[in-house]
Amino acid sequence: MHSVVCIKQVPDSAQIRVHPVTNTIMRQGVPAIINPYDLFALEEALRLKDQFGGTVTVITMGPPMAEAALRKCLSFGADDAILVSDRAFAGSDTLATSYALTATLRKIMETRPVDLIFTGKQTIDGDTAQVGPGIAKRLDCQLLTYVSRIVDLDVEKREIQVERRAEGGVQLLRTATPCLITMLEGTNEMRFGDLEDLFRAARHDLKVWDRAAAGIDAVEMVGLKGSPTVVSKVFAPKPRSKRAEIIEGSDGDPQGLAVALLSRLFTQHPKLEQEIAKRAV
Amino acid sequence: MAEKFDVIVVGAGMAGNAAAYTLAKGGLKVLQIERGETPGSKNVQGAILYADAIEKIIPDFRDDAPLERHLIEQRVWVMDDASYMGTHYRSEDFNKPPYNRYTIIRVHFDQWFNKKAREAGVLTICETTVTDLLIEGGKVVGVRTDRKGGEIRADAVILADGANSRLAVKAGFQPEIKPENVALAVKEIHFLPQETIEARFNIGEEEGVVIEMAGKISAGMMGTGFLYTNKESITLGVGCMLSDFKEQKVTPYELLDRMKAHPSIAPLIAGSEMKEYAAHLIPEGGYHAIPQVYGEGWMIAGDAGQFVNGLHREGSNLAMTTGMLAAQTLIELKVAGKPFSAANLAGYKQKLDDSFVMKDLKKYRRMPEIFHKNKQFFTTYPDLLSKAAQTLIRVDGVDKKSKEKEIRKSFVESRSLFGLIGDAFKFWRAVE
Repeated sequence: MHSVVCIKQVPDSAQIRVHPVTNTIMRQGVPAIINPYDLFALEEALRLKDQFGGTVTVITMGPPMAEAALRKCLSFGADDAILVSDRAFAGSDTLATSYALTATLRKIMETRPVDLIFTGKQTIDGDTAQVGPGIAKRLDCQLLTYVSRIVDLDVEKREIQVERRAEGGVQLLRTATPCLITMLEGTNEMRFGDLEDLFRAARHDLKVWDRAAAGIDAVEMVGLKGSPTVVSKVFAPKPRSKRAEIIEGSDGDPQGLAVALLSRLFTQHPKLEQEIAKRAV
Repeated sequence: MAEKFDVIVVGAGMAGNAAAYTLAKGGLKVLQIERGETPGSKNVQGAILYADAIEKIIPDFRDDAPLERHLIEQRVWVMDDASYMGTHYRSEDFNKPPYNRYTIIRVHFDQWFNKKAREAGVLTICETTVTDLLIEGGKVVGVRTDRKGGEIRADAVILADGANSRLAVKAGFQPEIKPENVALAVKEIHFLPQETIEARFNIGEEEGVVIEMAGKISAGMMGTGFLYTNKESITLGVGCMLSDFKEQKVTPYELLDRMKAHPSIAPLIAGSEMKEYAAHLIPEGGYHAIPQVYGEGWMIAGDAGQFVNGLHREGSNLAMTTGMLAAQTLIELKVAGKPFSAANLAGYKQKLDDSFVMKDLKKYRRMPEIFHKNKQFFTTYPDLLSKAAQTLIRVDGVDKKSKEKEIRKSFVESRSLFGLIGDAFKFWRAVE
C-alpha cells in the first residue's frame, strides 16, 4: 500500500485582512497553516496505513517555507515528504498546479507504485476544488470526490468502496485502485503523533524537487504561462447593512418578552403563524 | 524513549533559545521542547530588543534577524486623564550603526532565533508540553511530556518555560507565584501604513520611537503603559500588578481601551486596524522574588526565574543572558568532565551575581515594595504635575509669584510637607 497525500500550505484565512483601499489580501503577519481539509485526507491515509501497512508520502507544491507544512505532516506519522518548488511554478493556477503535481506523481510512480492519491475537498484560500479532479483527469484514474468514509479496501483485488456525500444523500461507490480521493471535512480527527514521529520529522531529510527533478520539461505548462486563469477584479463584499438587535433581558417577565417577540415575528411573517397554527392542530 | 541528551531545554523563548543555541555551539547534544505550535507562537513581549544581549550570543545577528525599527527617540510621559507631561530624548547618535535598540515582533524574531539554534545542532520539537520533571534520587534526570512514549532522559534540564513556571512549582523548586509579584500586561498591535507611522512620529524609514507612560494611565494601580513603532504597525499596551487588578476590579482590556481613548494617544493610532491582542504575565517581584535557580541536574533561566527589571523595562535581555550563562556553566562542566551536580551548578549563580543581571536587580530590590505601598506615585503626583505645568503655562493675568505659590500650596495640601519629603525619600530609596 502506498498512498500519496497532496497538501497545500495556506494563509490562515480566519486571520486574513483585505486592504480597505486596494482590496488586495494582506498576508503580513498571517500565519501559514496546512489547508485544514488536507488534514482529513492525511489522517485517512494514515488510518489505511495502520490497517494495511505500507507507506504514506506527502507532497506539496509551494515556496521553500512550505517545508514547515510537510514536516508537520511527518510529525503526524507520514513516512516521506517531497516539496516541489521552483521559481518557474510561481503564479500557477489550478490547471498548472495539477499539471505539476501530476508530473511529480508520475515521477514517484517510477520508483514506487501508488495505490491511492488523497487530497482535501478544496483549499481554504482558493476554494476551487479543481486540483484534485485535475490530477485524476491527467492521470486518467478514477476520481472520488467528497468522500465521507472509506467503507472497504481490498488491497489484493485492488478495489475500494467509499461513501460519498452527494446532493440529497449519500452514494455508496466502488471502484478500482489506483484512484484519487478528495476527503470531506469532519470525517475523522487528526492524531497527536508520538514522540518518535516528532523526532523523525525534525530530522527527516526532506526532498526538494525543482522543475527538472519533478520531470517537467514543458516550461509553458506551469507557472503564469501555463495558467489561463485571469483575475479581472478583486472586491470585498459589503458588510450587511442591518445590524443585529440586542434585546435586554426582562427579569420579571420572560413570558411577556417571548410573546412580544413572537407577535413581532408573526406581523412580519404572517404565513409563518398560519403554518405553525396548522401544525399545532 | 531510548535516546538520551546532554541537556533538555524547556521552552523556545528568549532564554530557551539562548541556552539551546549556546549549548549546541559548545558541542553538547541538546533537545528543546516547546509547547506552542512554533517557537514564539506563545511568546508575548512589547517588544524591544536590546542589541547587547543578543550580540553576545550571535554577534552578527543584524545580518538576518527580523528587526522592525531601530530606536532613535525615547519619550517618557507622566499622564493624567487629559494631559501628559514628558521628556523626549532624540539623538542622531542613535542613528549610527551598530544600533543599540530595536523594536521587534516576537513571533518572527523567535522563529529566526530558533532556526539559528537548530542550525547549530539543536533538536527542537514543538506542540509538546513537558508535564513533569523526572526525578530520581533527588536528581533531575529528564522530562515527561504529554506525547505518547513521552519520557526523555538527559544529564541536565534547563527550565526556560516562562513566567509562572508550572514545572518549577510542581517539582517544588519554587513556591506558587504571588499576585503582588507579577504584573499582567495586555497589548495590541495596530496596523498602519508605513508612511503614516513615519509622518506621525516624525521619523524616517527604519527609525523608531518609544513612548513609556506612567501616571493615571494605570488607573491608580502600580504599572505603566507603552507604545512602540514597528515597521507597519504600532504596539501599545499597559501592565499593572495582578494584585492591583484584583483589588481595583478593573479589567485589563478596560484599561487598554481607556489608554487608546486618551487624547494624547488616540491621534497616534487613529485609522489603524487592530491586528493582534495579547496578554501575558510579567514577573516583577524583583530581587527578593528570585527563587533558587539551580539544583541537582536543573537550572532556571529567564522569566521562569523572575529575572525582570521592571523599572527599566528589561526582561528579554535578562532572559537571553541568563540562558546563555546557564549554558556556559554546563559547557564548562562538560569540558572539565564534571557532573551536573548542585555543587557544580552553583557556578551559574556565581555568573549571575557577577553580571549586570543580579547587580541591577539588587540595586532596585526595594522598589516593588515601596511602589506597592505608595500608590500616590501613580495617582496624586501625575495630577499635581499636570496642574502645575498648566498653571505655569497658561497666561491669564496672574503674576508668576502667585502662580508658584499656588503650585506649592497644591502640593502641600495633597501630601503635606512631611508627606512630600517622605515621598521624595522613598522614591530615592526605590531607585537608589
